[in-house]
Amino acid sequence: MRFPTAAAPVEIRRVHKTFRRPSGETVKALAEISFEAQRHELTALVGPDGGGKTTLLRMIAGLVAPDAGAVSVLGIDACADPQSVQERIGYMPQRFGLYEDLTVQENLDLYADLHGVGRQARTDIYPRLLRMTALGPFTRRLAGALSGGMKQKLGLACTLVRAPELLLLDEPTVGVDPLSRKELWEIVRSLVRESALTVIVSTSYLDEAEFCDHTVALHLGEVLAQGAPQEIAARASGRVFMASATDGTPARSLQARLFRHPQVVDALPEAGRVRIVTRDAAPPSDDADGFSATFESTAARFEDGFMLLFRARAGEVRSTAIRLERALAGEAGEVAVEVRELLRTFGDFVAVDRVSFEVRRGEIYGLLGPNGAGKSTTFRMLCGLIPASGGQLRVAGADLRRARAEARAKLGYVAQKFSLYGDLSVDENLDFFASAYGLRGEKKRSRIGWAKAQFDLAAMASLPSAQLPGGYKQRLAMAAALLHEPEILFLDEATSGADPLARREFWSRIGALSQQGVTVIVTTHFMEEAEYCDRILIMDAGRALAEGAPQAIRARAPRREGREPTMEDAFIAVVEASRGRAQEAVQ
Amino acid sequence: MSRGAISARAPSLRRVVALTRKETWQILRDPSAIAVGVILPLLMLILFGYGLSFDIQRLPVALVVEHSSAETSGAVSALRLSRYFTVHPASTMAEAERLMARHQVSAILRFPPSFARDVARGDATLLVAVNATDANSARIASAYVKGAINTWQDREAKDARSAPEMPNIAVENRTWFNDANQSQWFLVPGVIVLVMTLIGALLTSLVIAREWERGTFEALFATPVRSGEILLSKILPYFVMGMLGLALSVIGSRALFGVPLRGSLWLLVAVSSLYLLVALGIGLVISSLTRSQFLANQITFVVTFLPATLLSGFIFDIRSMPIGAQAVTLVFPARYFVSALQTLFLAGDVWVVVLRDAAVLAVMAAILMGIAVKSTRKRIG
Repeated sequence: MRFPTAAAPVEIRRVHKTFRRPSGETVKALAEISFEAQRHELTALVGPDGGGKTTLLRMIAGLVAPDAGAVSVLGIDACADPQSVQERIGYMPQRFGLYEDLTVQENLDLYADLHGVGRQARTDIYPRLLRMTALGPFTRRLAGALSGGMKQKLGLACTLVRAPELLLLDEPTVGVDPLSRKELWEIVRSLVRESALTVIVSTSYLDEAEFCDHTVALHLGEVLAQGAPQEIAARASGRVFMASATDGTPARSLQARLFRHPQVVDALPEAGRVRIVTRDAAPPSDDADGFSATFESTAARFEDGFMLLFRARAGEVRSTAIRLERALAGEAGEVAVEVRELLRTFGDFVAVDRVSFEVRRGEIYGLLGPNGAGKSTTFRMLCGLIPASGGQLRVAGADLRRARAEARAKLGYVAQKFSLYGDLSVDENLDFFASAYGLRGEKKRSRIGWAKAQFDLAAMASLPSAQLPGGYKQRLAMAAALLHEPEILFLDEATSGADPLARREFWSRIGALSQQGVTVIVTTHFMEEAEYCDRILIMDAGRALAEGAPQAIRARAPRREGREPTMEDAFIAVVEASRGRAQEAVQ
Repeated sequence: MSRGAISARAPSLRRVVALTRKETWQILRDPSAIAVGVILPLLMLILFGYGLSFDIQRLPVALVVEHSSAETSGAVSALRLSRYFTVHPASTMAEAERLMARHQVSAILRFPPSFARDVARGDATLLVAVNATDANSARIASAYVKGAINTWQDREAKDARSAPEMPNIAVENRTWFNDANQSQWFLVPGVIVLVMTLIGALLTSLVIAREWERGTFEALFATPVRSGEILLSKILPYFVMGMLGLALSVIGSRALFGVPLRGSLWLLVAVSSLYLLVALGIGLVISSLTRSQFLANQITFVVTFLPATLLSGFIFDIRSMPIGAQAVTLVFPARYFVSALQTLFLAGDVWVVVLRDAAVLAVMAAILMGIAVKSTRKRIG
């Protein structure tokens, strides 16, 4: 097939793709996708996981052939001649294939050789790449020993050793701390601006779409909408309001109530208030519950427009109410988790450096920090999975260093990737976890019945948990962790990979649990989710940097361009200030 | 920028060199690769050389001499002097049986009272009883005892200078090609097969599966590199490593056990290269099909390593297998390599055997490499 030259660098026409799972059933990855990426522009494929972003990028890179439709890249038919496409593009996969046992320089050299970059050209481009990525001091370090953000930057540098005519970046900022995320985006934008590159980037962070010229919103293999981010945002204009409670209701409770309101499409806690998107261009009217809130109209963002489109496709909010079978003992306000001077070392490496904090009964407490900050290590010590090297740890009144089993019986743990058995059905998973927690007979049956009813799992009961649709895995993992009626629930990155709706439902459930006295400790890399917490602790390099209510933390960031600082701004400000101090101390 | 300076369409030596260099660095920095490439050959050599032996020395034998005579004492001293036996005299058969029951002796040799007379008559009978709980050792023990008696008879015959009339129990007991009758000479060539199988099939299948698992192939595929270049860069370093393993095994077997190499070194290198290519081909095909280190490991072990140990004639003689099992061995390349190696080490350049084995290996290598090239495409999923 010939495509006319001088057309857009990337033209996708009515592309379809289905995959066959090892279990036999077919999965629709892309359906009737068409879009164009214009020259010297930054195009974003935006949407939750499972939307088809990666498949689409692989198709443009000539690594996956479509079942139907045409893919033209730089005037070449990518299906018929993928090799010619690969001669001219740069592609950075989601997990960029760095050779971890090779040094930074060796990785660069390998890709320079593969792209046929000559000796002369290298002396020109290497210093530029190293300056851009700030990797100059680390050229002799093994790639495996770099931090997550540095790895992503090295991956980008390897992709850019030869100025490509088209640059494809698959979720370059996933699993990267907010600081590196900011730096990566600055690099990408300067590439488009200064080197006149054509770039296609995929992302599941909706706020990142604002940096791009053109966005393609994807969900479950279909295009929801495309256009400039302002155009997508404009779909919600006049429908976005900031709600504040006038009767002292906490923002989280107001958010939960507004989210269920039939006239509300989206509700998020933000800076002590609730940001809502409504169906009609008017604030929601009082419903039967009755709430007293004032609404202030505000400018629409990309995310608001996306959620409008997304909700039209994703349907109604399912009930997220949870009722515990019996009230938890203990008084509100008493200390549920107490951590004093907690220390954990691995050889010379200090993973957690004398961290102290207290969590009160019924609180939602968030641990925030970049990868490698020590969040997961702290979590594992709190759950009694690894011993502490020093300090004190009391969970639900039991000293974890002495009475580990006693403490464990009182806590539930949802691990990062959910420790579910993929081959077992929902029923079988619940049965297994109930037995593992020592539940038997009538008690076990009633608890499983409770979990299935509360988490709306009955319809999926016989489906293997690996095949559960998005959001259901989170619910099952949470249900399994609550079977033994724990007082404290630990959730480690439980919302990663979930779509925006599933994430909001998930937080509603957490809110409901906390209202009934369950203490919840969470880690998350979605900074805006910190707004759901009563208090948060920011960690970096094993140390606790700041603790307090989200609003207090947010106040630490300077106001910029007249807009309220976001949680992410605050996080960056806190970490940068601390790193600056560390630098001064060294000098 | 140097775009267009070299023709990107043609296969590029520079890309192959870059990838091969990368592979070499990875091998040198990976302790497990060094372990498989260097330590394992030495370990197996020592294990098979010292640990596993089908020879018997200082076999404890009970001697029951019921009527002492010049003939019996001659035979007894022949046994005593042999390094294969330790003699325990017993006065009665009952006592000897007790020794056997207590595992103090493995064999009983009984000279009947009429022994001297029988010898004179030219028709002597000896009782040799062996403890057959270990059937293999029992067979060997019985053969040794017979051999010792024959040796003694031969000497008697020479001493008497009356060879034609001497009674002779015609037991031909010669060991061809393995003069010292040391099983190390037989086993060590087998070690080379195992080493080459491990390096060629197991190591390559693991490193390719690792690239799939770590996602490094996806980034590599989106560069101008050809799939043939990737294959070549995987074959070259492991070929060199396999050859180093060969050198190590040959030198080690000579230094430690004095195993001779009767055939020519060049022929050995040539046949080994062919087998190494077959092993590499198997590794490449398995890993491109499984894409998981665990599966690649398991499949390679079952498809290459076990047959190389059990069905190659390295430990168990193929001729003594049931017909069905013999037919199965024909499929496995290790069989041909073992046959060629044993010929080259112990017999010499027996061209009929070596050429036939080499031809089979060459055909197998060509087919496997063809499949590997076909199944390695720059596609994800």
